[in-house]
Amino acid sequence: MQGYIYPNEFELQWGLLIVLYPYLTGLVAGAFILASLERVFNVQEVQPTYRLALLTALAFLLVAPLPLLAHLGHPERSYEIFMTPNRKSAMAMFGFVYAWYLAVVLLLEVWFEYRKDIVQWAQAARGARRWLYQALTLGSTDLSERSLRFDDNAGRWITVIGIPSAFLLHGYVGFIFGSVKANPWWSSVLMPVVFLFSAIVSGIALVLILYMVTNLFRSRPLDMRCLDKLASFLFYAMIIDVSLEMLDFVHRLYESEESIGILSQMIQSRLFISLIVLQLVIGTLVPMVLLGMFSPALRRGGLGRGSDELRRLVYLLAAVLVEIGIFSIRWNVVVGGQLFSKSLRGLTVYKMELLGVEGLAMTIGLLALPLLILWVLVKVLPPWADVPSTTESWQERRSS
Amino acid sequence: MRDEDRSRSLPLLDRRQFVQAAVAACGTAAPLLVAVIRLPAATAQEASGAAGYDPTDHYYGMGIDIERCIGCGRCVAACKAENDVPLDASHFNTWVERYVIDNDGEVTVDSPNGGMDGFPPPASEGGMRRTFFVPKLCNHCANPPCVQVCPVGATFSTRDGVVLVDEQYCIGCRYCIQACPYGARWFHPTKHVAAKCTLCYHRLVRGLVPACVEVCPTGARIFGEVEQRATPLARFMRMNDVQVLKPHLNTKPKVYYANLDGEVR
Amino acid sequence: MTLPPQVPRLAIVFALAIAALVGARSFLVPASFGRFGHYRAVAVDSIAARPIHYAGRQECEECHDAIAAERIRGNHRGVACEVCHGPQAAHVTDPVNVQPPAPRDRAFCPRCHAYSQSRPTGFPQIDPAAHNPLKPCITCHDPHAPVPPIVPESCSACHGQIARLKALSHHVNLPCVTCHDVPQRHKTFPHAVRPTKPAERSFCGRCHDKAAPSSTGAPRIDLATHNPRYLCWQCHYPHYPETE
Repeated sequence: MQGYIYPNEFELQWGLLIVLYPYLTGLVAGAFILASLERVFNVQEVQPTYRLALLTALAFLLVAPLPLLAHLGHPERSYEIFMTPNRKSAMAMFGFVYAWYLAVVLLLEVWFEYRKDIVQWAQAARGARRWLYQALTLGSTDLSERSLRFDDNAGRWITVIGIPSAFLLHGYVGFIFGSVKANPWWSSVLMPVVFLFSAIVSGIALVLILYMVTNLFRSRPLDMRCLDKLASFLFYAMIIDVSLEMLDFVHRLYESEESIGILSQMIQSRLFISLIVLQLVIGTLVPMVLLGMFSPALRRGGLGRGSDELRRLVYLLAAVLVEIGIFSIRWNVVVGGQLFSKSLRGLTVYKMELLGVEGLAMTIGLLALPLLILWVLVKVLPPWADVPSTTESWQERRSS
Repeated sequence: MRDEDRSRSLPLLDRRQFVQAAVAACGTAAPLLVAVIRLPAATAQEASGAAGYDPTDHYYGMGIDIERCIGCGRCVAACKAENDVPLDASHFNTWVERYVIDNDGEVTVDSPNGGMDGFPPPASEGGMRRTFFVPKLCNHCANPPCVQVCPVGATFSTRDGVVLVDEQYCIGCRYCIQACPYGARWFHPTKHVAAKCTLCYHRLVRGLVPACVEVCPTGARIFGEVEQRATPLARFMRMNDVQVLKPHLNTKPKVYYANLDGEVR
Repeated sequence: MTLPPQVPRLAIVFALAIAALVGARSFLVPASFGRFGHYRAVAVDSIAARPIHYAGRQECEECHDAIAAERIRGNHRGVACEVCHGPQAAHVTDPVNVQPPAPRDRAFCPRCHAYSQSRPTGFPQIDPAAHNPLKPCITCHDPHAPVPPIVPESCSACHGQIARLKALSHHVNLPCVTCHDVPQRHKTFPHAVRPTKPAERSFCGRCHDKAAPSSTGAPRIDLATHNPRYLCWQCHYPHYPETE
């Protein structure tokens, strides 16, 4: 502890679990927005990742409430958020935004997208899998032209609604922090926007990594046009994200409000590694240089004219660094906001536990769990374009 | 689509059977749900604490005269005794800060164990321009940011102007602790709910004053009604130029400080 | 136009889910919720029913009226009984079996009365190490009506900070009464009856003017030209005079 902090501020209230939560919902929003690029804006190149992005979003969305539940003092009372929500509280609205997004956007979208295949897999499968697929059809086994066209239209309209819903899902997390006038590090109009764009960045990077890794496991060739396009979008999203962060930074320095003293002190001491080193240099600068040089974002064929193999390596490295950087952003916002006192006169420390409900082990577990769920989803609802279907492959169907 | 496909894809249940099954399932599930979920005690009592106390008759606030506080810390100790606050150094409903402003204008603030055991002599080199004590507590704001952010309605303002926490209903999300600009709230280490100064509500309904006001030996804490009435607080607000903490945040605090120095945050 | 078969099935699923949520409300929302605001009204009652530990001085005075009469004129009239005797609601309920402690050791009183620079000026303070170190405070001071056994001669008993500061200054050899006229009643009614302050520049000029007859080594200025608009103590602090 340094300087003076209010006695009640000695313990940090929101720790690793609350850092993890915006990270997870950010990945959901980002993966979904990437998927919407193909569905609504007809970016054909990223089609191979469409279904994978949807399943990724679903897997991460299912896990997203878990760090919150683990963090609550009384998780058994969490139903109260649905029963007696305080309409003035941003956090109360979470339950409904989440339920809306899960049920109306993501589950419906996945169902409409896969319905034809589920019906056909139900016919082809035997035993337990057959029961599972039949249950998933919800009894709608009609594969007439009219039904299929309805599925397609429904999917498009849900995606159209889904884009602002994804903005809402993660933007409101930014609002939860940005609307706290008591905390000068959080209180900012830009907070929801910065959160949203860093979510988009992290989502695109995640789908890029998963696409490369899953195809590596399946020993399938990678579609370089798709990867190049993903990398370009990642680069463009990072430009917007970095511009917003720089705007926030410059604005704070220029206005030089009362909190600038303690915040500068905090950045230079407590947050130096997580902000300057991890977020800015490793998480933003290095990936942007890599992507700017090797992806076709700035020039067709890339500034560096690398071979396919080099580009794949660069993309993977850049995406991993980006994920580290975005996690650091969440850390710097959540933990950073509590490292300085509201008296503006002192700093404290965050003592991270290793084991225990709020510990590092739990966080690593919660980061691994969505990947496990994704594995199950991928087994039940394979997103691969080359999986045999009883009629034509879904990719051909889409482009016809 | 081919006819053979359709005949092979007959559903397990047709529509009518499905609906019947669903309704039957709900009918059996509902009483099970009631039996399994334990509900918070919902006894409908109208009585509020003591007979004859009408909360609509009151609207409380507190005054603090900086010039009278001697930093003895009796208020801190009394509050902990009266309200069963954990005795460690990171949980306080009320605490006392000492400000030391030296001749160069450098400000040092400290609050050893919240001031509960008094203060050691200040480490002064080169003399001081000013030094004084500032008692702090929940301001029981009229526009409380903590009440605004509680997702479930576990913290609230009573009709008599006291901000309270419902221990049986709080889910322990700690958003209110983040939203308080004054650091007045804390997380109870064993009950796992948010906690704070209650203005000794259990004393107010019996016509007593809060414990900290009771034990202050110099009369630095003044208790009474905010709205025009013959109470000690009314006199205090008439006779002194009063300020509140962090007025720019528009929380409308109801703890009024007289002789407050500009360096106090 | 008939809808494709997916739509009614989905509609049923959603309708069931919403019905379950709405139905759950009637079981899960507490009965008193919302009566006075967005909270459980019975919570106020449970908070109001918490046990009381401090009885309050009125309770003490009901039985101990003789002590109350003694205290009412003394310097401790604003000090509640439970400040020294601790929370005694239990004693009020059971006066015979629960006895309040009475602090008799020297460690207790200095909590309020030990000298601290941060304490407001005029509050009676002593240095516990120097002030009759072996005797318990109550030997000379009755805590219910504390008066010092001898009326303090020097001002430093209450004005410790000023005295200590002056002791380090160039004015160390000047007794307080050099500059201040102190009515005797100031010692009993300190806020109401105040000492005087020099009202003219010529007062300080008696030592500090160039032409002054004083033989001290006091720094000299020309009273006529040196900031004639102000009284001396409007810039200089006489208890610790600085020259810049």
